[in-house]
Amino acid sequence: MTTATHDMNWVRRNRMTLTPLLFLLPGVLFFTVYVIFPILQSFNISLYEWDGLGEATYIGLGNYQELVTDRAFEISLWNNVKWLALYLLAIPAGLFIALFLNQTIPGIRLYKSLFFFPFVLSQVVVGLVFSWFYLPREGLLNAVLSFFGFDTINVLGDPTLATYGIIAAGLWPQTAYCMILYLTGLNAVDPEQIEAGRLDGAKGWRMLWHVILPQLKPATFIAFVVTIIGALRSFDLISVMTNGGPFGSTRVLSFYMFEKALSEYGFRMGYGSAIAVVLFLIMLVFIGYFLWSMYRDEKAARR
Amino acid sequence: MLKSTKAAVATVAITAGLATSATAEDLSGTLRIMSDMSNPAPRAIMEGLAADFDAMHPGLTVELEVVDREAWKSQIRNALTANPPDVFNWYAANRMAPYVNAGLFEDITDMWDGGDLPGLDSVKGAMTIDGKQYGVPYTYYQWGIYYREDIFNELGLTEPATFDEEIANCQKIVDSGRKCYTIGSKFLWTAGGWFDYMNMRTNGFDFHMKLATGQAEWTSDEVRATFANWRKLIDMGAFIDDHQTYSWQEALPFFVNGEATAYLMGNFVVPHLREAGLTDDQIDFYQFPKIADVPMGEDAPTDTFHIASNAPNKAAARAFLQYVTSPDVQSKINGPDGLGQLPVNASASVADDEFIKQGFEMLSNNATGGIAQFFDRDFPAEMASVGMEGLQEFMVFPDNLEDILGRLESARQRIYK
Repeated sequence: MTTATHDMNWVRRNRMTLTPLLFLLPGVLFFTVYVIFPILQSFNISLYEWDGLGEATYIGLGNYQELVTDRAFEISLWNNVKWLALYLLAIPAGLFIALFLNQTIPGIRLYKSLFFFPFVLSQVVVGLVFSWFYLPREGLLNAVLSFFGFDTINVLGDPTLATYGIIAAGLWPQTAYCMILYLTGLNAVDPEQIEAGRLDGAKGWRMLWHVILPQLKPATFIAFVVTIIGALRSFDLISVMTNGGPFGSTRVLSFYMFEKALSEYGFRMGYGSAIAVVLFLIMLVFIGYFLWSMYRDEKAARR
Repeated sequence: MLKSTKAAVATVAITAGLATSATAEDLSGTLRIMSDMSNPAPRAIMEGLAADFDAMHPGLTVELEVVDREAWKSQIRNALTANPPDVFNWYAANRMAPYVNAGLFEDITDMWDGGDLPGLDSVKGAMTIDGKQYGVPYTYYQWGIYYREDIFNELGLTEPATFDEEIANCQKIVDSGRKCYTIGSKFLWTAGGWFDYMNMRTNGFDFHMKLATGQAEWTSDEVRATFANWRKLIDMGAFIDDHQTYSWQEALPFFVNGEATAYLMGNFVVPHLREAGLTDDQIDFYQFPKIADVPMGEDAPTDTFHIASNAPNKAAARAFLQYVTSPDVQSKINGPDGLGQLPVNASASVADDEFIKQGFEMLSNNATGGIAQFFDRDFPAEMASVGMEGLQEFMVFPDNLEDILGRLESARQRIYK
């Protein structure tokens, strides 16, 4: 009896620590089993040659040595860089549209929904619509080009253009996403500060740059995070629009990993894992940056 | 309705001589079939097969699960390891090697040796790995050049027998403002078909198989000769533009609209052409013409049924394999109302269809070199994927040949160890 009350007291005394821990427990558990453990497993499998069925043979860093000389891997890596760089265009584009739509005129909700609409579509649908748009003979793009007297182009069939064509398709929903983030951000902009800025004679670009943008910093940060992640995990659009082709020119790391490990002609689990590890390390740079800047902000907020 | 089908099934069963063996075994329990026959016509056939087999065996429940054909190519691994069905579809030759080596396919050599599968001797080779058999074929189909007969007549052309005639024909077609061949190479394998034929005609079947098994070099003079022949067609503008953007179905309208006059394809293309409104007077078929003086080899991919090595009901599975390969069932499922392809049983009758008859004739009498499966079934999977990508690139940028061959040769040295 005395021990029970003693325990009771201990729980009660430490409840400020215990409660969050208990709430965290299921999440941490799932995160460990479904995220952390598979990541470690990928590291492990990447050291083996394994077809997913038979015996796995340990080959050390053999898979990574092969990656260094693999031209398809090099192309995938470069395409990832292109995706990262160009996908970021969604942020200024989203900001621009958000500023444009942040007015009070009749029917603005309708316009906002129309601009947001592409983000609701499945990536597969976006991919299909854009591949019809790009079709070499029947496509709308070439109809427009030939109307204005230009030569027609086969965007998805041209190895130098195809990746850019897919990124353009990806930017459509991503811009809508960034727009909605900025629209919510703009709601939180302090009208008194704008008033104060106006009294001091700021308007146009100066107002945007010195008064509005600093207040949109949280929105920009989230937009940056989701865009970077979106760029690195680009897969569905590529699969739908070109299937990695023509001759492998639109592959990115995630698609190449899928091809090598899981697709019809693949089943090199070790090699696929090695690609996954490289992709993970690239992501880790960004994840590290995100975590660090969030930690910094939290610390600043507590002070 | 139900009664009449049951009666029909019974007659089929008795004529096939199966009723006796089946009742003797008294099959019971459940037979789980996983099939990739997901297109509408094959799906109906498979459902019919399952229902008929179910009706023949009162003590047996047949459960059929139809999986999307493309999806099955990657699902099969999980299906066979996690919860293996009794019977399932796959492909012959090298495509089954990884699973056979992993011990997932049941060895049914005893059925082949014991005379349970009469009439299948000609296709035994495609089911054999290391002297043992791992399944039964249920259908195969010829490849060849399907062409617009009406346009050939209009231009005064006849079916070519040699490559020179082919090129002469093609020149006239190009001069008339059309393309000679449609092709959609987005999913790569169609380019593999062209390579199979160019290589088998230039260097012969045996060399083609040496290349498939990794014993010949991609940078050899023979392979270069193949690509040089192929290039003649590419340079004269024989193929439609932008084919790397189209799937094989998306390339069909060029043929249907008469913008391209021929399609090198498997016989499964015929129903699509008929559905698109072409009559048999407008389409015809000829064997890929002779190039060098070598025995002609043909592509005739074989689709198959197998038993999982961990199957719960192997007795019923074996009876089903026997059933699907029996002459009557073969005639029925491969007939014009069914798959519209070639039956594998020598005692089965070939449907009264222009294309099936021509294909049967060609494969029985005019494929003296031998019968290949197809690029992505004869070559190991990884070589096939690297290879077909190179072939597609060659068809768009033939000048990259040196680079492509070098890449394929280094892939060969890595893959065949």
